[in-house]
Amino acid sequence: MGDGGELAAEKHVRYIVTVEKRKDSFESLVMEHIRLNGAYWGLTTLDLLHKLRAVEADEVIEWIMSCYHPESDIAGLQNEDGSFSGDIWGEVDTRFSYIAICTLSLLHRLEKINVQKAVDYIVSCKNLDGGFGAMPGVFCCVGALAITGSLHHIDRDLLGWWLCERQCKEGGLNGRPEKLADVCYSWWVLSSLIMIDRVHWIDKDKLAKFILNCQDKENGGISDRPDNAVDIYHTYFGVAGLSLMEYPGVKPMDPAYALPLDVVNRIFLRKEH
Amino acid sequence: MAPSSTSSEGASDEWLPPSRRPELADVVPVTQDDGPHPVVAIAYRDEFREVMDYFRALYFAGERSVRALHLTAEVIDLNPGNYTVWHFRRLVLEALDADLREEMDFVDRIAECNPKNYQIWHHKRWLAEKLGPDIANKEHEFTRKILSMDAKNYHAWSHRQWVLQALGGWETELQYCNQLLEEDVFNNSAWNQRYLVITSSPLLGGLAAMRDSEVDYTVGAILANPQNESPWRYLKGLYKGENNLLMADERISDVCLKVLKHDSTCVFALSLLLDLLQIGLQPSDELKGTIEAIKNSDPEADEAVDADLATAICSILQRCDPLRINYWSWYRTTISSQT
Repeated sequence: MGDGGELAAEKHVRYIVTVEKRKDSFESLVMEHIRLNGAYWGLTTLDLLHKLRAVEADEVIEWIMSCYHPESDIAGLQNEDGSFSGDIWGEVDTRFSYIAICTLSLLHRLEKINVQKAVDYIVSCKNLDGGFGAMPGVFCCVGALAITGSLHHIDRDLLGWWLCERQCKEGGLNGRPEKLADVCYSWWVLSSLIMIDRVHWIDKDKLAKFILNCQDKENGGISDRPDNAVDIYHTYFGVAGLSLMEYPGVKPMDPAYALPLDVVNRIFLRKEH
Repeated sequence: MAPSSTSSEGASDEWLPPSRRPELADVVPVTQDDGPHPVVAIAYRDEFREVMDYFRALYFAGERSVRALHLTAEVIDLNPGNYTVWHFRRLVLEALDADLREEMDFVDRIAECNPKNYQIWHHKRWLAEKLGPDIANKEHEFTRKILSMDAKNYHAWSHRQWVLQALGGWETELQYCNQLLEEDVFNNSAWNQRYLVITSSPLLGGLAAMRDSEVDYTVGAILANPQNESPWRYLKGLYKGENNLLMADERISDVCLKVLKHDSTCVFALSLLLDLLQIGLQPSDELKGTIEAIKNSDPEADEAVDADLATAICSILQRCDPLRINYWSWYRTTISSQT
């Protein structure tokens, strides 16, 4: 597929499995508060590459359950205007709307919140370009509207044009005009374009090449742009972007839930809830 | 790298581990519970672990005291991304009725080293809300400083816009935008800010009052750098929801034509002309001639005559913007379906 060659799937799997072993790094210290994110990025990437078995599921589940606070109540975080706070500390952001709606939907408990008000709040954040501020705000708003079946509030052609203008000459996507392309937008922009059915407006081959050019083909991992240092965040977004473009050997991903499609299907096609 | 005491309340020269501090002698540290088989356990440095263990003890006890305030400052210094600590610090500040201006100086020092941290900006907003309009100009000075290091820091811009709208300080904002655009006319954040100022500043009379002079300013910026996406967007923003006025302003089609004379493949100029035609602009002979000439300059161009001028522009765009060829093909179909 061009200069970046093929996806070095085996190397990326090895990179993810070993990354958690370097526990004394500065990165692991300052990233302590987002350890669950790291687990999500790593595990999802492994699953997309058909290698989830590389980790011990029981141990992961046990650890995640040790982070569980049974008294926490997502629905209780909804504010009067339909928005969501991130936690009891009160910061309001459409990121939290997405997280609340996505989580409750996966738990089959959307009826616990006022969905209409939540949707109205997100729609009220729409700006004049048809967008929702910068990334990842666009993804959060479009994703939340997709999950609640409310995409009719979006002018797809207007937003689609803004999103497809994010593609830079070298094929990568940026998050704002005049910013450099970055692999993470392969997820934020691409998933939004798919949800509004306008992904055919960008050059997918060139984007795939850009992502493949950001691989560390020796030690595994993907970086934000060619020749930079790799990290687990961009490794996930790169593989997820390729998944959205139906790259061979990578599992398909659901653009709204940000989970492998078979996982989403397993959750929604099983009726025992 | 032992943590320094960043608490504004009492800095000492030498850092003492909490276990050796007389004021914490009665506290029983609480260690982190990772369960029996931690999956991504982190080998914390000892000093960090100890500070956290003492913090946890005071946190679980709900102790809102001066020593708790000092300890939160240390934890924040070690890890400014920890939500729980910031929240607890706010509870302590409230309970102690602390000097919030001093707290603002404290958080500003942390923010300078961590300008992309959500918790810090949230804390600043919480403080600014309590301190009110008197703090507005100090906040503007601070975001100006952050933006001088990174002109596109999204957190700083959000905070600045919130302070303007909630607490004021609009007086020199347009001048600030001018300055930023003089330094870097490609700075999209500065163009965004300019749009906020001309549409929302209570001192300028709003978009209708500002439109005429802003069109001149923007046209000047476009002619100086036709490949700069931001002023093209800004120009359309000046006529948002006012298609008739946009169509009637001859400066708009003029700037497109001027740009195309030097660069016949400028996507921004071509696509703006296309928009103008779609909302009903009657093309001048000059415009028709220019498009015709661009089309004929390509030896590989389709011999077939395009149905109208808009379709001809789409053909040109399909050629000179190959990344988005499918978008322009789609656009073309919307033209034929209208006629």
